[in-house]
Amino acid sequence: MTDEPLLRVSALSKFYGSRVGCENVTFGLWPGEVLAVVGESGSGKTTLLNCLSTRLLPSSGAASYRMRDGQFRELYRMSEAERRFLMRTDWGFVHQNPADGLRMTVSAGANVGERLMAVGDRHYGKIRATAVDWLSRVEIDEDRIDDEPRAFSGGMRQRLQIARNLVTGPRLVFMDEPTGGLDVSVQARLLDLLRGLVTDLGLAAVVVTHDLAVARLLSQRMMVMKDGRVVESGLTDRVLDDPRAPYTQLLVSSILQV
Amino acid sequence: MTAQPTDIATYNFAYLDEQTKRMIRRAILKGIAIPGYQVPFASREMPMPYGWGTGGVQVTASIIGPDDVLKVIDQGADDTTNAVSIRAFFKKVANVAVTTETAKATIIQTRHRIPEHPLTSGQVLVYQVPIPEPLRFLEPRETETRKMHALEEYGLMHVKLYEDIARHGRIATTYAYPVKVEGRYVMDPSPTPKFDNPKMHRSPALQLFGAGREKRIYALPPFTDVVSLDFEDHPFEVQTFDQPCALCAAENVYLDEVILDDHGGHMFVCSDTDHCEKRREQGHRGRLAPETPLALEKTEPAQ
Repeated sequence: MTDEPLLRVSALSKFYGSRVGCENVTFGLWPGEVLAVVGESGSGKTTLLNCLSTRLLPSSGAASYRMRDGQFRELYRMSEAERRFLMRTDWGFVHQNPADGLRMTVSAGANVGERLMAVGDRHYGKIRATAVDWLSRVEIDEDRIDDEPRAFSGGMRQRLQIARNLVTGPRLVFMDEPTGGLDVSVQARLLDLLRGLVTDLGLAAVVVTHDLAVARLLSQRMMVMKDGRVVESGLTDRVLDDPRAPYTQLLVSSILQV
Repeated sequence: MTAQPTDIATYNFAYLDEQTKRMIRRAILKGIAIPGYQVPFASREMPMPYGWGTGGVQVTASIIGPDDVLKVIDQGADDTTNAVSIRAFFKKVANVAVTTETAKATIIQTRHRIPEHPLTSGQVLVYQVPIPEPLRFLEPRETETRKMHALEEYGLMHVKLYEDIARHGRIATTYAYPVKVEGRYVMDPSPTPKFDNPKMHRSPALQLFGAGREKRIYALPPFTDVVSLDFEDHPFEVQTFDQPCALCAAENVYLDEVILDDHGGHMFVCSDTDHCEKRREQGHRGRLAPETPLALEKTEPAQ
């Protein structure tokens, strides 16, 4: 890890009228680090994620991102064109519902290739070869490359969405409940895959989840949110094994034991 | 300029009122200033249904003057319902001369073809456009497609071409083939066959596009770069035909298939009727050309 963080967030707040989305969130994210944001629904996790990924503009606060040239850029001062370019090259966003992140009416190969074509790749053979490679990395059979995601199972769609996001070699990926709505055996394989990819590619990631087991498996650090505020943050193992804030203690003790 | 000496006084010259024409001319000028950009305009109700060329008719009505000579083609033909009706319409409401000869026309309103005879400087080609937005079927939200045009995000257009190759082994889009204008805007050339795309490139004529239902006007000023999108390993190609026109033996022109009987008999003939007739007048004869020459419609002067 380098000394400088990839993403610096300070005092980020988002209000919906008088309601709090998230308030006064400050943290840094280093390259190769996975940060889990946990909390119950309505705690502001997704609002925070949408602000970080510039899908929402915060009410106050700042976030800066270290570009590939090493310079920090203030995210909310960038032009929309720059932000959208960042979104489809250096960043990825994995939605909870794959239908939100995929084009359901074009083939799997075109879904993976879209980002390549968006950054100017104009060689069909090369785009297709890259798509085949990425499908195999997310364990989708090569002969499904011309099928539409509509014909895929939930787990396959989610893996396709991951491949689509990672094809341009991003450095930072945002994930919103990546295993939500999947059954446990499929979840386990997806987590295994994600863990492998994150380690192999040295990705930094912000993972929003309400599932503490997902946080434990994927992340090195975590933040616990309640009512829009961060109530506790620290190394994942420390937070889960020795929760200090009363809310975190409640959360950890609420895990169902099988 | 309302009162005309003839019995058309019930209409303003060229049907539209002067304020409307001004508004449309402004949209046209803006379109010319930003080649390929879709300019919104307040499209009017015309005495014809949407889909029959209300956009093209409004553009023509706004630019036509008493000295203009109008030609109207529908799929290349001068003698089909749409072409005949629009020609008759302008003869009545603007009292202009009409012609079927490409070289003699100053304004050519077209539905989905570009004449085979090369256009010259000073001519205006007016296209009737059903759907001006090339990204429409890929991204249904107009708010989003306008943003994509603004930010020059055209990766999606290649997704469509990728899908074509993945499914058919080649780019199977044969009409409304997307083009990039002056290296900036991606434009729908209206549903002309892609055969005509190269004719748009650096054409000496002014090309105007009107979409009445969608309320958009766009334009290509003369000598504008118009490049068809493609892949490096699947370059843009136009249709080729393995036989010449059955009537005039022309090659390297766009042909229509015509069914001759109930037994599968068919022939391929020029889609551009004016071009075909001209060639037959010059003595070119195809495989199925009749022995006696046809009676041809000639230029009709204004009454």
